[in-house]
Amino acid sequence: MATKSKTPKHPVDIEGLTGDAAIAVALRQCDVDVVSAYPITPQTIIVEDFQKFAANGETHTKVIPVESEHSALSACIGASAVGARVATTTASAGFALMWEVLYCAASMRMPIVLAVANRALSAPINIHNDWSDSYGGRDSGFIQVYCQSCQEAYDTTIMAFRVAEDRQVLLPIMVCIDGFILSHNVERVEMLPDETVKKFVGVREPFQNLDPDNPITLGPLCLTDYYFEFKEQEDRAIRAVPEVYKRVEAEYEKLTGRSYGLLEKYKTDDAEIIIFTHSSPAGTAKAVTDVLREKGEKVGVLRLKMFRPFPTDAVREAVKNAKAVVVFEKCMSFGAPCNPLALELRTALYEAERRPLVADFVIGLGGRDVPPETIVQGIEKTKDYLKKGKAPMYETLGVRK
Amino acid sequence: MSEPAAVTIKDMLKKKQILSSGHRMCAGCGAPPTIKLMGMALRGPTIVCNATGCLEVATTIYPFTAWKIPWIHVAFENVSAVASGVAEAYKVMTEKGRTKHEHVDVIAIGGDGATFDIGLGSLSGALERGHDMVYMVYDNGAYQNTGIQRSGATLPGQETTTSWAGRLEPGKRQRKKPIAEIVAAHKIPYVATVTPYHHRDFITKFRKALEVEGPAFIHALSPCPRGWRSESGKTMELAKLAVETGIHPLYEIINGEQYIMSAPSKNLKELTPLDEFFKLQGQFKHLYKPEWEDFRKQVQANVIADWELLKKKCGV
Amino acid sequence: MSEKFNEIPMAGNILKPGNATEYKTGGWRAERPIHTDETCLWIKNGTCGRCWIFCPDNAVRLIEKEGKYSYAYDYDYCKGCGICANECPTKSIRMEGE
Repeated sequence: MATKSKTPKHPVDIEGLTGDAAIAVALRQCDVDVVSAYPITPQTIIVEDFQKFAANGETHTKVIPVESEHSALSACIGASAVGARVATTTASAGFALMWEVLYCAASMRMPIVLAVANRALSAPINIHNDWSDSYGGRDSGFIQVYCQSCQEAYDTTIMAFRVAEDRQVLLPIMVCIDGFILSHNVERVEMLPDETVKKFVGVREPFQNLDPDNPITLGPLCLTDYYFEFKEQEDRAIRAVPEVYKRVEAEYEKLTGRSYGLLEKYKTDDAEIIIFTHSSPAGTAKAVTDVLREKGEKVGVLRLKMFRPFPTDAVREAVKNAKAVVVFEKCMSFGAPCNPLALELRTALYEAERRPLVADFVIGLGGRDVPPETIVQGIEKTKDYLKKGKAPMYETLGVRK
Repeated sequence: MSEPAAVTIKDMLKKKQILSSGHRMCAGCGAPPTIKLMGMALRGPTIVCNATGCLEVATTIYPFTAWKIPWIHVAFENVSAVASGVAEAYKVMTEKGRTKHEHVDVIAIGGDGATFDIGLGSLSGALERGHDMVYMVYDNGAYQNTGIQRSGATLPGQETTTSWAGRLEPGKRQRKKPIAEIVAAHKIPYVATVTPYHHRDFITKFRKALEVEGPAFIHALSPCPRGWRSESGKTMELAKLAVETGIHPLYEIINGEQYIMSAPSKNLKELTPLDEFFKLQGQFKHLYKPEWEDFRKQVQANVIADWELLKKKCGV
Repeated sequence: MSEKFNEIPMAGNILKPGNATEYKTGGWRAERPIHTDETCLWIKNGTCGRCWIFCPDNAVRLIEKEGKYSYAYDYDYCKGCGICANECPTKSIRMEGE
């Protein structure tokens, strides 16, 4: 989990909180100016809890109860353009509805925090967890981070504002948690005092905002002679994120003793088989790893936290000595050579001197349970592929076929 | 706060303009005069949010902008949501002591495409939430910017590239959405219809819209020489005729209930026949073929019927 | 336009209000308005001004100096639409081919 370096300095509050509740608390503490959000299962509790805080004056925030997710993110852009600190949250179909606006938010360099309670996309309509919603926004220019625990969700939401609003970055950020599995399950969360968080996030310093004393034009028409240059700028901005994130997290670690990095290495140093995944399957994979290690098997888990920008070098480095990397991912990219997470990994490894065998397992679509047996099954199959020297591009596990 | 509205020519000449020359709206377009008149009504610091469309595209071709006040465009169907965000953000930042002005007027502008059709949901939401903002639609009767396609604001009998006149069809068959009344049904404080020809009426109404607490809506007719196939010099004449024929009557609706007819409409002894309006535009030419005579007569009858009903609502 | 990505403000933001004036739309004209002072109400007593009000391009200049009124066109921007000529109540403006 989080690397514990030392005991935190400040008094903390410890409560059992669901992922949704933890994010709502973090938002409350971050002095958000405007929240405009539309409820959708399983993110509804974030919106409800936050609105309750606002109604009781526990946060000085204008809450805009918009009539759709497309409007939710649009209102965030308007508010962010004035210089306000803004946040919103969504999932699944709501995320899909705001897809157009994701690109606008990123290209207009609006530091909006978007919490996503990962849920499957229709059709058929399904309210349970998989990653097809946020993976669908992976090209949008948003920073994307995935959390395994409610504690991490709380910590990451707070850090998100600092990363997004950093002058080197100025990009919106998606903080993702598994719908229901994390959003609705109670875990132990250590919270910082309000004053500490407020001081940590500070006040947002607007940059090129809508200001009657300095009238500028935001969002003009850009034709073939300029559009590309703005995309170049965006590319440079997202590449600046890892350094900024590390800096912000180092500061946060001083307050809490916790840090996560861009990815987490769990018993990977001498691992022959490394599991590559994120969010809740990472937790299951760690439990499986512990059992297998007792049996003498050299297994480990590489838990990805930052998906965008993808930490190519760090991933390459972490798996270089493994014989095989087993990808478990909750998303299918229909018609692709393999699925999104494995695609990223294989591309990252293409230039590596030594390339471990990569096996891609699609699991848990539509909230299909991922018990330890599924992880074990994937590992067993991978051992088989190692013997054969070849793995299929991808396969599905846990489906009746 | 309050700078007075400029209504006389001398005052208008002194007031700061919000849109510069050098924009690339078509010659004779009704939209820039609409913006100019809006500018005459402003009372202090103002932020404009603009939906995708003719106005947005032609006034901000990178690296040039004709806007001299803060301006933002995001997408086509969300200007009401963007404006909602702007309004609430400025309010809360002021409450927290982070702004230099006590109040900023927020104006959302969209064409008929953005307002009647794709953005109607977002508009309705903003109206229901009651943000303090003015929404102005510059209605040129079709999706003009993408090449003259029909919208919910296109008139029956009007030919567009997605409502062709041909052997089987007389142009659009359906009636125009009654946007002012749809908006007024939300019971917002102030709704008014205007044209750039009736400039005093326009400025007075826009000022009223700014001054009410809560949402206000201005439906501005904006003749389009290119789309309407009219002479570029006839734009203002067409706006005048639109009122005189009952196509675009001038009135206000207070709190969604009280209808007040404005002088230019009220003073009409009777409606000018639609032919006077149609004959200046190529897009209605086909209605004068014998096969569409009945259709054209029905359109005229409907305009008169709508007018009688409006007069009743206005107590005229 | 030849600026590199790092030589322009981020995100397409345009920081100079009203810099559209650098683009002279006068080149669009096929005809130009010609004004006659003698019948013009602005020249006479500083009234009317409809041409200025209706001009979509701010190309009409109504000047008042020391109680005297004068009139000019800004032909850098006039697109020759003809609205001023059509709306002048005293027919003091006519359109002529460029």
